[in-house]
Amino acid sequence: MSKPSSSTQKATSRRAFLQGSGLLLGFSMLGAGIRPGFAAAEPVEGDVTAAFSPDAFIRIDSDGKITLILPNIEMGQGTHTGEATLIAEELEVGLDQVKVVDAPPNEKLYTTALLGGQATGGSTSMRATWESLRKAGAVARTMLVAAAAVQWSVPVSECSAKLGVVTHQPTGRQLAYGALADAAGKQPVPSDVKLKDPKDFELIGKSLRRVDTAGKVNGAVIYGIDVRVPDMKVATVAACPVIGGKLGDVDETAARAIPGVRDIVKLDNAVAVIGDHFWAAKKGLEALSITWNEGVNAKLSSADMMATLKAASQQKTPIMARQEGDVAGALKAAVKTVEASYELPFLAHAPMEPINCVVHVRADECEIWVGTQVPTQAQGWAAQVTGFPLDKIIVHNHLIGGGFGRRLVAESVGQAVAIAKQVSYPVKVIWTREEDIQHDLYRPTYYDRISAGLGADGLPAVWIDHVAGGSVLGNYIPGGWPQDKLDDDAVEGAAKPPYDLPVIQVDWVREDPPVPITWWRGVGPTHNVFVVESFMDELAHAVGRDPVEYRRALTKNQPRAAGVLELAAEKSGWGSPLPAGSGRGISLHDAFGSYMAAVLEISVSAAGEITLQRAVVAVDCGIAINPNTVEAQIEGGLIFGLSAALYSGITFSNGRVDQSNFHDYRILRNNEAPKIEVYHVKSLESPGGIGETATVSAGPALANAIFAATGKRLRSLPIDRNQLKSDGADKTSVSMVPPLAAPLLAALVNSKERPETGVETEAEAL
Amino acid sequence: MIALNVNGEDRSVDVPDDMPLLWVLRDVIGLTGTKFGCGIAQCGACTVQLDGQPVRSCVLPVASVGSRHVTTVEAIGATQSGKKVQQAWLDLEVIQCGYCQSGQIMSATALLDRNPDPSDSDIDAAMSGNICRCGTYTRIRAAIKQAAKA
Repeated sequence: MSKPSSSTQKATSRRAFLQGSGLLLGFSMLGAGIRPGFAAAEPVEGDVTAAFSPDAFIRIDSDGKITLILPNIEMGQGTHTGEATLIAEELEVGLDQVKVVDAPPNEKLYTTALLGGQATGGSTSMRATWESLRKAGAVARTMLVAAAAVQWSVPVSECSAKLGVVTHQPTGRQLAYGALADAAGKQPVPSDVKLKDPKDFELIGKSLRRVDTAGKVNGAVIYGIDVRVPDMKVATVAACPVIGGKLGDVDETAARAIPGVRDIVKLDNAVAVIGDHFWAAKKGLEALSITWNEGVNAKLSSADMMATLKAASQQKTPIMARQEGDVAGALKAAVKTVEASYELPFLAHAPMEPINCVVHVRADECEIWVGTQVPTQAQGWAAQVTGFPLDKIIVHNHLIGGGFGRRLVAESVGQAVAIAKQVSYPVKVIWTREEDIQHDLYRPTYYDRISAGLGADGLPAVWIDHVAGGSVLGNYIPGGWPQDKLDDDAVEGAAKPPYDLPVIQVDWVREDPPVPITWWRGVGPTHNVFVVESFMDELAHAVGRDPVEYRRALTKNQPRAAGVLELAAEKSGWGSPLPAGSGRGISLHDAFGSYMAAVLEISVSAAGEITLQRAVVAVDCGIAINPNTVEAQIEGGLIFGLSAALYSGITFSNGRVDQSNFHDYRILRNNEAPKIEVYHVKSLESPGGIGETATVSAGPALANAIFAATGKRLRSLPIDRNQLKSDGADKTSVSMVPPLAAPLLAALVNSKERPETGVETEAEAL
Repeated sequence: MIALNVNGEDRSVDVPDDMPLLWVLRDVIGLTGTKFGCGIAQCGACTVQLDGQPVRSCVLPVASVGSRHVTTVEAIGATQSGKKVQQAWLDLEVIQCGYCQSGQIMSATALLDRNPDPSDSDIDAAMSGNICRCGTYTRIRAAIKQAAKA
């Protein structure tokens, strides 16, 4: 091995951050307090109390260097740039004057308020920090200005700060922050600071350059997979292809004969080959003759899992998420009812950087280099596997080559530590793409039944959405999710659609699949909004109304939803004629604190092939901290969602994942991407999340566009092109939604009452 | 021992003939800018240039490189078109996670070297082999056009 990377430097420990001189402020994401770090001998670490748990730090050294230590992980979503912007705005420095550093793991110090536990996900970063980061910047600036005023013996009111320099206005005297840092650290921390009026923002709202990209155009940045430490070997691993299965016998003879193969390591459910380089490890793994004990899932199939889920949806008692108004009565009074059911597949995350982890297990400590969204969970896994205390587990977190939820789980770190524990040298474990696709924790499959009773005006007088699927949140709760308790994630996007729906029932039947599951970009809303927005379109067509006009009628009391709806309709030229075989579909939702309407324009060929022509997205995400980043996240999020809706679905046969790599788990390619236009609704609301919002819009906009182009309603994803071939009849109504009889419809509301005759059911009215 | 010229430097590596160039670059020479994404020439993250031609290094046996000069993302900025492409990538904020961008930049640079004024369909043909999971495609397209004008 030549030239180990710089990440071999000894861990930057918490203590190192907190030592030295200058100004150090620890502050809390919750805004619960701000205090100086250098005030005590063991400044923050020994002082973590309920009243004050700092989770981020501003450090200004006497040489003028400004460092922001932030707990949220940068994985391409621009969070470091956004967070630095908030601090810099009030600190009165340019974004180019600060350096952002990942916080090392410490659950107590860096707990993200909205998620609980140190984690980056759920589009929470900017929402959690909007107030607290600006306040922290203002506090630091106030202390620096106060220090200058003391030094000059002038009133604070005569001093002002700009671009890292304090100026005494009457005399023009100036002192840079670096020269003031030591003295500022001894100033009292102001208990209250006034934040800027949004109209005075100089950085927030501007499309400033990202802070993390320069080293990404020349190969200079080090992702986890790039880490190289002295004497390191490289491993690759095969876990039992059947979910839950165990390792049986391994014949190592052929593998041992391959040049460069060093060790073969067995785990309970996997085997790894360690070599001088990845190629030796891979060849060695392929040369192993492995017998697996396949276990109880040896016959598991997608069809069986969906059948189980459907049966659960019909038979199990659901957990109520929301019930307002007289559901049974409104249903009885409805002049028309419409119902449908939707199916969503398991999804893999497939980030571009395959799963990897470098581990060195020494006699009494374990050092880990990895890109993770959950560094404390990674630390916990390593402690469990090694038996070492947490303070003997050193985690170096790296830039992430795509997370999308995959790196919200650190089980692969546990596996890597278990491998490294069996050898004396450091090991870099790299999963092949096949291993990544087949041993992911998947976005769960769902089966949702939804219905509405329409009033004389054609609008839903009653709305009933039965969600069925597994509990994702349960994976994050020790002991799992309680059986009788609602997992809010399961119904997020369904429970509160941004419409005037006076009578509504949303419930959830829990049916955990025998497949490991986790969050996937867009979490609950990605699944639920597909159902809600597809069905909203079905209702509009059921009463012969335009989908935008129909939504307009339902958003009279939803000003932010109406705002994005109108903007998207206007900018997309909604209603203007399109060639035959083309169509526009709209979707509208609010999730993660942002409102979004998307219009997708497509064409469908006679062979059923879909061309994505143009996407117009209107967003109201409150104050857009960095509009260019907002647009980038919308463009990318939309493509991510379109990719899934068009191509992605994980299926199982005989307990094994059928897909294996990008040839059969397709990702949208450059030549397939639509033109994308993003329009902002100007807003002074607090910032909403944006990393996942457009992913949510993609699926329903596509399904609705397909209906507009072909008259065919596809109620399952990914899109089945066979159903779009113009030679065939519309197969959707027979294969996907069996007509429901009136008694069944009544059962949908979980009422014990039998329906009276005369309830007119027009399922399959389309 | 296999002789290679990488980024203008002559090297000699003691590796099996069938070892893909990708792993020679990453695990033996230590140039980690070239990325592993799929191992089957589907995603383009491993794209490097051989005498200016873009190739998928994850399936290219090192012994087949011969006397052709290997250029990786670490050195592409030294070429005129590489520098323009990198600058356009930064100017238009193409990059999100950045993992695929080494390969994107290598493909885009090779395109501009052989076609200084590419049309949309030229870009389709040259860039459809490079997957971006963050979905930066529209900006990649715009940045190629900007680099062409620079």
